[in-house]
Amino acid sequence: MLHIKCPHCGLRSQNEFSYGGDATVKRPELNKEVSDQDWDNFVYLRKSPRGKHLELWQHISGCRQWIKVERDTLTHEIFKTLKANEKV
Amino acid sequence: MQKYSVFSLIKNAFKGHKDWQLAWKDPTPKAEYDVIIIGGGGHGLATAYYLAKEHSITKVAIIEKGWIGGGNVGRNTTIIRSNYMHDENGLFSEFGMNLWRNMSQDLNFNVMFSPRGIINLAHSDAQMNTYSRRGNSMRLNGIDAVLLNREEVRKIIPMADFSENVRFPIFGGLMQPSAGTARHDAVAWGYARQADSMGVDIIQNCEVTGFDISKGKILGIRTSKGNIKAKKIGLCVAGSTNILAEKLNMKLPIETHLLQACVSEPIKPILDNVVTFGAGHFYCSQSDKGEMVMGGDLDGYNSYAQRGNLPTLQHVLTEGIAMFPFLSKLKMLRTWGGIMDMSMDGSPIIDKTHIKGLYLNCGWCYGGFKATPASGWTFAHTIAQDRPHELNEGYSLNRFSTGHLIDEKGLGTKTWIS
Repeated sequence: MLHIKCPHCGLRSQNEFSYGGDATVKRPELNKEVSDQDWDNFVYLRKSPRGKHLELWQHISGCRQWIKVERDTLTHEIFKTLKANEKV
Repeated sequence: MQKYSVFSLIKNAFKGHKDWQLAWKDPTPKAEYDVIIIGGGGHGLATAYYLAKEHSITKVAIIEKGWIGGGNVGRNTTIIRSNYMHDENGLFSEFGMNLWRNMSQDLNFNVMFSPRGIINLAHSDAQMNTYSRRGNSMRLNGIDAVLLNREEVRKIIPMADFSENVRFPIFGGLMQPSAGTARHDAVAWGYARQADSMGVDIIQNCEVTGFDISKGKILGIRTSKGNIKAKKIGLCVAGSTNILAEKLNMKLPIETHLLQACVSEPIKPILDNVVTFGAGHFYCSQSDKGEMVMGGDLDGYNSYAQRGNLPTLQHVLTEGIAMFPFLSKLKMLRTWGGIMDMSMDGSPIIDKTHIKGLYLNCGWCYGGFKATPASGWTFAHTIAQDRPHELNEGYSLNRFSTGHLIDEKGLGTKTWIS
């Protein structure tokens, strides 16, 4: 069981959260010419590293806020949790 | 190579089983090969076997970080099926079914292929409609499919929950009678033994640390046992694909996730099919030893841990008990996990890459084991001929940027959502 410290609610168990994937992918900017390659990169391509991974979770059974979690994908150690708009 | 048969078994029994040859050798790597396959799992071993058998390419090495068959080919729930709706998946898997049917004879190794049939349960009228559509698509592709109503399902699996007041009543199901199971370890060992006998070097405990590439062409690999040159290199490393892709400066439409499976204590024969729950993600069969073999959802977040977390297992088994209430009385014998190469549309990739001489086989999601022979066969063809076979043309790497996805489950890019 992962224990995730929600920056709004404190330490809660994994059951209260739902996973949202890689937090480092950036949507191409609005109202600008976007190449197919850029879309491909945003929608499909992922690094999926073994080790530190910055990812999105939603505290779905709590405050319902999206948060960022820095977690080790091999050991599941959680280094840091942040509000969605905070930078690492 | 020693031929395995009932006669050789009797002969060796009289000698106290002291004269059996090793099934494969333990060679030191040569300086150069025609083809190197990275990954000594089912797909890698099958690829090497079909390179030697179908294309007479025998100067081949398999490089394995651990021991052969120690990854997902030894960690799956052994289900073999071709019950797909899309042509690409259906024709590819049905080609594989024919290889499965002849595998024990072909490899001279009993893989215990047991075509016991798979039933996907339906729990609503809408789901029955979906299944009837999928069944029709399967039959158009020459795959056997039978739509069962509630009473027909009850005759086959009377132990399922057929009471009236359940949350997900059984409306019927879609059955593929020719689907089944096989002894997973035997598949890896059978391919390894035959590949070895035809001259393939199986090199274990050898980790790939880097690649030598010059002017867009692959020259060889760097490993923990030294540098090895090769004209062609095939990647068959499932959940470790992204780790090697990083060394190649490639970003792939793949995430690595963890999938768990478990077996109960052995019980007397009760279930002689593979059955899947239609209102969630749970599948179940009974092994020859009597254990109930069960699996379901991914853990749901990127993971290389090769072992799972309890919340997911609990969730999966809740579905299992909803389907087969008797499971609640059983004790759990073992649980384990493997790391899956989850592609962004749920379908695999068998293709060339932008690096000349480098070939990619990955993205198997939940269905790697049953694809073992077809994957090896088509990947061997792709490497030997330097172009995909028509069976794996659809499994291209660029289908994501061109929009030709094979989205069997309609999950889009979130194959880790269940």
